[in-house]
Amino acid sequence: MANVKRRELLGKFAARQQSAFVAPPTEQEARNATQARYFPNVELTTHEGKTVRFYDDLIKDKIVVVNFMYAQCEGICPGITANLLKVQKILGDRVGRDIFMYSITLKPEEDSPKDLKHYVEMHRVKPGWRFLTGKPDEIDMLRRKLGFSDGNPKLDKDKSNHIGMIRYGNEPRQWWAMCPGQAHAEWIVESIRWMDGPKAQHPQTGSRIGRDAKSRA
Amino acid sequence: MANISKKNRRKEKEILNAAKNRRELIAAQLSRRDMIRLGLLTSAGFLIPKNGLSARAPQFGGGGFGGNCFNFYGRGGTPVSPPTTPFVEALPIMPVHQPVTQFTGPPPTANPNTAINPATGLPYEGRTRPHQAFTQFPAQKLYEVHQQQALVSVHPQLPTQTLWSFNGSVPAPTYVAHYGEPILVRNYNNLPANNGGFGIQSVSTHLHNGHTPSESDGFPCDFFAVGQYYDQHYPNVLAGFSSTNPPDGDIRESMSTLWYHDHRVDFTSQNVYKGLAGFFLLFNQFDTGNEATGFRLPTYPDFDIPMIFGDRLFDPTTGLLAFDLANRDGILGDKFLVNGKIQPFFQVKRRRYRFRWLNGGPSRFYKFYITNPNNLSQTNNFWVIGNDGNLLPNPVQVSGVEIAVAERMDVIVDFSAFAAGTVLRLENRLEQCDGAGPSNNIVPAGQGNQVLEFRVVSDSVTDGSVNPATNPHFYDVPPRTTTQKCRQFKFDRRNGQWVINDEFFDCNDVRFRVKRNTAETWNLEGGFNWEHPVHIHFEEHQIVSRNRNTPTAIERGRKDVVRLGENDDVELFFRFRDFVGRYPMHCHNVIHEDHAMMLRFDIDDVGDSNEGCDSNHHH
Repeated sequence: MANVKRRELLGKFAARQQSAFVAPPTEQEARNATQARYFPNVELTTHEGKTVRFYDDLIKDKIVVVNFMYAQCEGICPGITANLLKVQKILGDRVGRDIFMYSITLKPEEDSPKDLKHYVEMHRVKPGWRFLTGKPDEIDMLRRKLGFSDGNPKLDKDKSNHIGMIRYGNEPRQWWAMCPGQAHAEWIVESIRWMDGPKAQHPQTGSRIGRDAKSRA
Repeated sequence: MANISKKNRRKEKEILNAAKNRRELIAAQLSRRDMIRLGLLTSAGFLIPKNGLSARAPQFGGGGFGGNCFNFYGRGGTPVSPPTTPFVEALPIMPVHQPVTQFTGPPPTANPNTAINPATGLPYEGRTRPHQAFTQFPAQKLYEVHQQQALVSVHPQLPTQTLWSFNGSVPAPTYVAHYGEPILVRNYNNLPANNGGFGIQSVSTHLHNGHTPSESDGFPCDFFAVGQYYDQHYPNVLAGFSSTNPPDGDIRESMSTLWYHDHRVDFTSQNVYKGLAGFFLLFNQFDTGNEATGFRLPTYPDFDIPMIFGDRLFDPTTGLLAFDLANRDGILGDKFLVNGKIQPFFQVKRRRYRFRWLNGGPSRFYKFYITNPNNLSQTNNFWVIGNDGNLLPNPVQVSGVEIAVAERMDVIVDFSAFAAGTVLRLENRLEQCDGAGPSNNIVPAGQGNQVLEFRVVSDSVTDGSVNPATNPHFYDVPPRTTTQKCRQFKFDRRNGQWVINDEFFDCNDVRFRVKRNTAETWNLEGGFNWEHPVHIHFEEHQIVSRNRNTPTAIERGRKDVVRLGENDDVELFFRFRDFVGRYPMHCHNVIHEDHAMMLRFDIDDVGDSNEGCDSNHHH
């Protein structure tokens, strides 16, 4: 699909070279380009054993929160999972309704859907937050495309010290950013709430949860 | 067919596999750097013979991005953007902001306009805190600015770009301001609904490095929404006016070259890359803009030229500006823009010019030289007169000057030594292959990035500006005093993210409190293998020592961006005067900034009891 798209675009670009002034890309064209670049439509399996397509079923038209972990991780995952549990609690029944949380395993060879289901039960993860596994080379490609790799190959191989960021975004609006998985849960919630749309883009409406600035002194 | 041995069948399957894998690789649009990282490609560009891959490099028509290395020895570094012919368009000069006699909306007030606008359901104004110095410094000029979409040409061989602008201009219009003349800017957010793939339509505009009250400083969480405005009050007053040097402040704290840009938390890199940046020039009785008066610096605007540099990537298939969302280390562009045009030319007369050089980022470090392409061994010295917009005590002659992201270097270049018809190039010779920091190799003349061409023209010309060779004196550096507090900051990396003292940015987390009108020592340490241009808002600092050495001549004045190299240990002297509120410190490699290398501190009248320097650092 990507190759066809590129031929189309090459044709368009050649035409554009002759004209100085061209219309800006439409929202759909821009979304397609973003999808081609960052969200491969690979097949994943949820902790409930359901097969899903990454872009079509998990990302398209949604507000999403994505992180990477693995079941036996004893480094940063417990802290991040704990944070995300708090996030899920604060967001309540929005999770699974209009905010979608995904945790993807870094060790698909080890973490079968059943292993992930066990992890979910052990940590009392509520519905709406899905854990995912898949084919190892596709999972590896996915994590690189989403920005979860380290430029240093040695560091990148060490899964116990993996990237601790959370990618959050609003796919139709094409807002994509990252926040630290080890930040305060309230900060993660605030960042996610900015994805709610134009009204949430003002500090006083919607996004703040009424928490006063906390000082260390 | 039955004769095909098992070996042949296996070979056939391998060939099919190879084709399938190559197709998948291409579809995956992995950048060359990804391929090397994945162990699939040697640095010479060949696919490593692995199961199912052939030894021939695949055809990469499209492709991902990443830190392309402009390895000037030609070992690697394939550009991603489409080719463009250099030096075909003139350097743009940004228009000057014009004030308005009154606002189209309600007149400005100290308190924010919190009435609800029925069209948006939000308050008219995005500001949440009152102007603390509104009546003390009544605005003498009013400006309206609209952040909006703009269709811009960066080069005739690339299609029109859809960018984000202030008042339709990319880079943004230049403010020409004067000390003693407070201004108020009504900043409207009219950004479009379609962001084209990156950027967010909530903004917080920061005047870097204004001595500005916090509520007008563009704090990262002071963003406002489409349909709102935000009044920003710029007193244009010297630091110390209510503390160390009443009533007018310390003349030695004068600033000349500032800039303004978006500072919205988590999206700063995207919004600034998309066009939201411009200059803010401050004149006074010494830096007058008229070479017949004051310090007699070259006359503005004819011989005083602001230049903002930006390196960018353009999609190889569509030719449109592309931002790498997956990059956490630093984006290195392969197209070099000056004032918004790729590799422009600039005609100069045979006299001295003042250039205000600004590295607008996103991540690259530059070291600029003036190269004669027809005589590469020629060294063309010039004079640095200002660092980070602060005029030095005396000019410093150099053959090359480094500029990290957000640093400014005011320089004087004398073209009178060159015959008419001479062509010179402004050349970056600092090698950088990794978004996180330069390699620190200086490449030979002619092998760097030639960002701008100077064309010396034959007009006869008078030059009434001061000759830096006569060693004119500008401002003294304000003397340092003993400090009340010492704080220590380590800039490092943790699980692929960027930290200060092992923690991430959180708008609601006040890391420490500084007592207004006191002085402090801050020790900044760089981590392993990265380089960070660190910016602290609000006041200029002085570098007391760098790795226990006195700073170089260029760094002996006041600055607001301090470069932190690998394992560097820098001691800074700071004062925090006159205004209170929240301010950030952060790395100005905006990719690092967005991946949490920032902290909030507050200035108030209480301070705190934290004392964070170990015995290696003196107080």
